[in-house]
Amino acid sequence: MGTHRMRTTLGLLLVVGLGFGTTACGAGSSDDTEDGGKVTLVINGLPPATEAATHQRFLDNVAEFEKLNPDIDLDPREGKMDPQTFAAKLAGGQLEDVFYVYFTDPATLIAKRQVANISDYLGDFPVTSQIKPEVLRVFQDDKGATYGLPYKNYSMGLLYNRELFTKAGLDPENPPRTWAGVREAAKKITALGDGHVGYGDYSKSNTGGWHFTTEIYSLGGEVAVNDGGTWKAAFNGPPGRQVLQQLKDMRWTDNSMGERQLLEWADLLQMMGSGKLGMYVATADNIPTIVNQYKGRYETYGLGPIPGGAGTLGGGEGYMFNAKASPAKIRAGLKWLTFWFTSAERFDAENKWAADNKNPVGLPEPAIFTGAAAQLQETADAKYANVPQQNYAPFKAAMPSIPVKLEPPNAQQIYAVLDVAMQKVLTDRNANVDQLLADAETQVNQILASVR
Amino acid sequence: MAVLSAAERTQRLSPPDPGRLPRSGRLRRVIGDNLLAYAFMAGGLACFALFSWYPLVRGIVLSFQQDNFVTDPYWVGTENYALLFTDPLFWTAWRNTLVFTGLALVLGYLVPLFLAILLNELRHLKGFFRVAVYLPVMLPPIVVVLLWRYFYDPGNGLFNTILSGVGLPTSQWTQSPSTALFSLVLVSTWANLGGATLMYLAGLQGIPGELYEAAELDGASVWQRLWHVTVPQLRFLMLVLLLLQIIATMQVFIEPYQLTGTTNPDTITVMVLIYRYAFTVNNDFGLAAAMSVTLFVVLAAFSAVYLRLTRSQES
Repeated sequence: MGTHRMRTTLGLLLVVGLGFGTTACGAGSSDDTEDGGKVTLVINGLPPATEAATHQRFLDNVAEFEKLNPDIDLDPREGKMDPQTFAAKLAGGQLEDVFYVYFTDPATLIAKRQVANISDYLGDFPVTSQIKPEVLRVFQDDKGATYGLPYKNYSMGLLYNRELFTKAGLDPENPPRTWAGVREAAKKITALGDGHVGYGDYSKSNTGGWHFTTEIYSLGGEVAVNDGGTWKAAFNGPPGRQVLQQLKDMRWTDNSMGERQLLEWADLLQMMGSGKLGMYVATADNIPTIVNQYKGRYETYGLGPIPGGAGTLGGGEGYMFNAKASPAKIRAGLKWLTFWFTSAERFDAENKWAADNKNPVGLPEPAIFTGAAAQLQETADAKYANVPQQNYAPFKAAMPSIPVKLEPPNAQQIYAVLDVAMQKVLTDRNANVDQLLADAETQVNQILASVR
Repeated sequence: MAVLSAAERTQRLSPPDPGRLPRSGRLRRVIGDNLLAYAFMAGGLACFALFSWYPLVRGIVLSFQQDNFVTDPYWVGTENYALLFTDPLFWTAWRNTLVFTGLALVLGYLVPLFLAILLNELRHLKGFFRVAVYLPVMLPPIVVVLLWRYFYDPGNGLFNTILSGVGLPTSQWTQSPSTALFSLVLVSTWANLGGATLMYLAGLQGIPGELYEAAELDGASVWQRLWHVTVPQLRFLMLVLLLLQIIATMQVFIEPYQLTGTTNPDTITVMVLIYRYAFTVNNDFGLAAAMSVTLFVVLAAFSAVYLRLTRSQES
């Protein structure tokens, strides 16, 4: 190669190598470390060392499990599901054998065949038959094969600041049950002045679409429906229009949603922690985060049912298995999960430990079990509850009557499209709601048609 | 016996031309002569091969495949590209990127030159101003972006507080479709103009003082000196920086990603779309690689122009 050509090539590669830095990965393979019948199982979910108490608790559980199962050697790792590193870890053979996921992840991982089918092993673990079918469905494909187990389940309600309710002349024991009520309450809280924001909502990084989905469910609407075997967008109708129109009115007519928009997950928690935000749609697990990270107090926050009440979006956490895991590892993994995470017998001990360590017990969350296991959980929760149960009474009372719905297929892609509609109504005073819904419908139908 | 022509005789008698050695011999000599040089380059070349060329080739291959990193990747032909060209976001991202690049040039191309000339003319506090101009470049990009997020906050951010303080209308900055892209360009320009300024400054200091003296003797004004001495002397540097800036701004990522997100059609750029395809929305590495290839082709064209220019300058 001539020096000119050589230098040209070099220069070219130097300058544009960056574009590929994000997408190029090599395929790897994992080896199964089993010597003398001992299985080494790599697991994640270990809390970071900075959270000393929960970190130690996890390690103590690991030690106890290993004592009960001398043929299994657990290798705990920090971290949870991170979509940005997942594929690279998988490709590099660095993915844990049993790994933590959010309810938003399984559908994609199953479709891409990146997780192991554990259906044939569940018979040996009777507790798994007591998992609520609608929760287990999150970890199943359309043929009913199972790929993981749930650990926690949440459903969305209305999180509100009780102190601001009192200041604004609203009843903190009686949060708004309709969206019209939310609008009125938001006006009163904003009227307190001094930078108070009545109601907050998301519109960035897929969180906007996620909240739109919750809000349309609350009005009895749907994001996508299965029409004779094919999925179709279903939000371009009265409920969808009502969701966007209400947000637009609150933002521009009432000015009760604050100036700052394009908010994502942590923003509303931070605003709630700062005492400036009146209400937002959230799950109960936001409360400890607001308290621990944003200096709030448990007494301040109440949780009411989702306004509208015709349905709400459910989410949660669980564990799945590496597609390359051997049968021995899958069995060991199920032993570990049913020893702790998906285990009715552990509720009492875990709740006692949490209460002793000033961790919250008794946040209102839908149970993942039915029958006897659910009873065990309820008893243990009531016994050790250390957060103000009265504050969550409105949410708990309404829980049985509000159907919990799961996310639409290809949720993240659909949320990304719906983010745009949320962004526009919150940042453009002249946004055209009908046009936004029609545009989003076209795009979502394309997504649903090209499921790959 | 045939009589040899003079030319043929010369050819027979002269020793063989080294340039006409058999191919293998010539190659051996070229390698032999340069063996030491290749040995010195080996480390660098190995790094390039591993961290630049391999990912590059792998990325191009990946753009014709579907890969879940568990089972073997399978070939899908041009399906990823077909999908890409039917995605309206593909065109949106390219349009935004080109608009961003254009705005960044208008804003960020002449400002450093102007600043460099100012710095060059300074008599006092030269060192302080040089550091001040270069300071933003030393800040980690994420710090820059978080700082500007506070500046731009339409509620109680710095800019709107100042604007309303002096009785001017406030702006939604990154949150309004009409001003979002311009706001991002402002951040990017502020963060990056220090480097270009220093390069211009170095160029300015390389211009011989005699040229200015001669121009002054001929009665040239300040503007004439700038136009007839400074600009011609810096012409090549200006061209190189122009191309480098185009190449850099087309790869803008952190400003739109951090300030306006991956789902905002008003500000989504090519790099953000690549990221979105791979990690946040589609989890589709084939599609992301195909998008990367389109960026590669465009940047390669600019890079080729850059290399041609530097070569013509050297020769």
